[in-house]
Amino acid sequence: MARKATATQAKTQPNVPQFSEQQDLEAFREMLLIRRFEEKAGQMYGMGLIGGFCHLYIGQEAVVTGITMASEKGKDSQITGYRDHGHMLVMGLDPKGVMAELTGRQGGLSKGKGGSMHMFSNEHRFYGGNGIVGAQASLGTGLAFAAKYSGDGSVAIAYFGDGAANQGQVYESFNMAKLWNLPVVYVIENNKYAMGTSIERAAATTDFSMRGASFNIPGEQVDGMDVRMVYDAAQRAIEHARSGKGPYILEMLTYRYRGHSMSDPAKYRSKDEVTKYRQERDPIEQVRARLLAGGKISEEDLKQIETEIRAIVTEAADFATNDPEPAASELWTDITIEA
Amino acid sequence: MPQILMPALSPTMEEGKLAKWVVKVGDKVKSGDVLAEIETDKATMEVESVDEGTVTEILVAEGTEGVKVNTPIALVLAEGESAGSAAAPVAETAPEPSEAPVVPAEKAAAAAPSAAVPAAPKFEAQSDPDLPEGVEMVEMTVRQALNEAMAEELRRDKDVFIMGEEVAEYQGAYKITQGLLQEFGKDRVIDTPITEHGFAGLAVGAAFAGLKPIVEFMTWNFAMQAIDQIINSAAKQLYMSGGQVTAPMVFRGPNGAAARVGAQHSQDYSAWYSHVPGLTVIAPYSAADAKGLLKAAIRSPNPVVFLENEILYGSTGLVPKVDDFVLPIGKARIARKGSDVTIVSFSMGMRYATQATEKLVAAGVDVELIDLRTLRPLDIDTVIESVKKTGRLVTVEEGWPQGGIGSEISARVMEGAFDHLDAPVMRVTGKDVPMPYAANLEKLALPNVDEVIAAVNAVTYRS
Ligand SMILES: Cc1ncc(C[n+]2csc(CCOP(=O)(O)OP(=O)(O)O)c2C)c(N)n1
Ligand SMILES: [Mg+2]
Repeated sequence: MARKATATQAKTQPNVPQFSEQQDLEAFREMLLIRRFEEKAGQMYGMGLIGGFCHLYIGQEAVVTGITMASEKGKDSQITGYRDHGHMLVMGLDPKGVMAELTGRQGGLSKGKGGSMHMFSNEHRFYGGNGIVGAQASLGTGLAFAAKYSGDGSVAIAYFGDGAANQGQVYESFNMAKLWNLPVVYVIENNKYAMGTSIERAAATTDFSMRGASFNIPGEQVDGMDVRMVYDAAQRAIEHARSGKGPYILEMLTYRYRGHSMSDPAKYRSKDEVTKYRQERDPIEQVRARLLAGGKISEEDLKQIETEIRAIVTEAADFATNDPEPAASELWTDITIEA
Repeated sequence: MPQILMPALSPTMEEGKLAKWVVKVGDKVKSGDVLAEIETDKATMEVESVDEGTVTEILVAEGTEGVKVNTPIALVLAEGESAGSAAAPVAETAPEPSEAPVVPAEKAAAAAPSAAVPAAPKFEAQSDPDLPEGVEMVEMTVRQALNEAMAEELRRDKDVFIMGEEVAEYQGAYKITQGLLQEFGKDRVIDTPITEHGFAGLAVGAAFAGLKPIVEFMTWNFAMQAIDQIINSAAKQLYMSGGQVTAPMVFRGPNGAAARVGAQHSQDYSAWYSHVPGLTVIAPYSAADAKGLLKAAIRSPNPVVFLENEILYGSTGLVPKVDDFVLPIGKARIARKGSDVTIVSFSMGMRYATQATEKLVAAGVDVELIDLRTLRPLDIDTVIESVKKTGRLVTVEEGWPQGGIGSEISARVMEGAFDHLDAPVMRVTGKDVPMPYAANLEKLALPNVDEVIAAVNAVTYRS
């Protein structure tokens, strides 16, 4: 439930906003693509096709899906940390390019030179893909600065985690963003843990929507497992930013099902906790149930979508497996631009 | 002080314009009253009276340009003070600036013959302690060695504590702090939020106040958030305080490239920190050195940057089983004696250097292999002694070439053993590029055994 967080709150709506069947179908598709893509990535990591760190977004799909549905694709910019595959898929980046980056191949979005944590697209206005926790808060504020400077009417959306929310530069950014009323929406993806540290063990106050209060930045705590709630709150936040009123904070209460990265045994939380989220709050299952309850969509229809999604993911995996590694000469390219 | 002098607005100001007089002859003034306004091309300033008295004479007219700093511009006499006491000397210089220019303080200092820069004190490295006859050697991983070192020092000194991300409940992101929370409790083994700049600064402050923090950075890449506190606060403190306040502490964690973690997570900071006076920088390779040097670092009265390597954590070595195994900071280790060529390396570079040495020795090249172990202070004497014998030098490191450890050694060897060199020094380094993710490119970016062998072949003119 969205609720008031600071003195100068935007109005929140107590009722669950309704999605049209069309919106539910869109959300279902997007979230399922992320889910299946991430499952495949996990599998390919296990096969040794993906190396290093690989942070999966499974469980958190509703956040980026709802936000992006409320944003203007191709106009609004987005930036996040290393848990970035879902963001790119929803923003419309080619799943083949994303997967091939995970495997470090020449057809990857960064020609194989970036890896799972470092992918970007000027065209889609996606700015990473950042490995340093908290950096995207300032960088996202800079995207908003550029938006205001150029007057292009875009909004910057900066996602960061509950752990990142404790970094100092986040607050330096909040201050500047409000001081200059920059069009930025800070999306704090509170999945309750930063690696093995629960929010209670790392944060003096765990209501992250309040973190902008002393800067007079409105904030809302949102059920990040329900894509309708995310979408609804995002619409408010983006409208607020776009209309010149400055930054807005959305704390998304969400959950990651997998470990922090592939090598995390996740001993710091109980199996029950994970099971409970999966069974009772799963973002995709919520939409599936709604669609079926509506009576117009059948199991068959959803199966059909599943099949289509699987085909996309399989194609991406095949491409990423067979695409060659970058040419050795790429070692020395893209370091600086010859003036 | 009856004379009012033309003030300087900045250390570099030599002259200025007397823009305006706010007082006139006969006015009574007290301290803080504005007397005049002066201007330079950069700024304006008000001249205030510091004493109480009466303006008896104005020596430089309003609007005069080019008034030299320290020229008397007015006389203000306190009650009972006689004009005669000051007027005579002043008259010569007024109203125009004096002919003999008043030299600003800075110029004066520059003109005086400068004191010779005293020679820097020479660092004398100590030798490793002698081990008891027949001492038992225990095989352990670098990880265990580091863990033991911390546990022993935590046991020994209650002012020692460790803080960092995931060091306590999670037992360390790389399990270096395994078991420490259980033995020493949560007051001494402390999980921090992800706030490197903040907790590094906090630890430096705690060290100022007498504690001996060990700060674990999950990796040194994240210490870039905190580098200001390491350098500006910790490293310079002793000097800035004239020897009063220091920061006896250790900053540690894995440095350099791990495997396939890309540009932001694969960087070697050896040269960066070794640049900074006030820091001690240690980068061990073997398990024994990891243990003995980490114990020394924790006991050091100075801030120590302790650079570990993730890939070496699992490698094993023999560590002497003695009660208190502490090694001297600043002493290189001759890993193999030889007479044909010297290879100098440290940390992960030693792995390439060691494997290359094995192959080279098998091929008949008598390699002398030196593990620096400490990068600051640098045991250049050991390197120079070796080069005097071999006449040839190859350095090996994972970091970037420009301004690297190899560059420094090369320069110091030129200074100390130029006449002994039979070939130019060669550096084997990481390539001058951010670390790529793709497996093939990553391999190319890192130094390798073949490159070390090729460099040795080059300096020994073998083909
Ligand atoms: C400056 C910095 N410190 C530490 C790390 C290591 N690290 C990577 S992710 C992470 C946890 C971040 O948690 P959170 O912000 O909650 O995001 P989540 O992983 O839950 O999405 C840490 C400590 C890093 N990448 N950068
Ligand atoms: Mg988190």
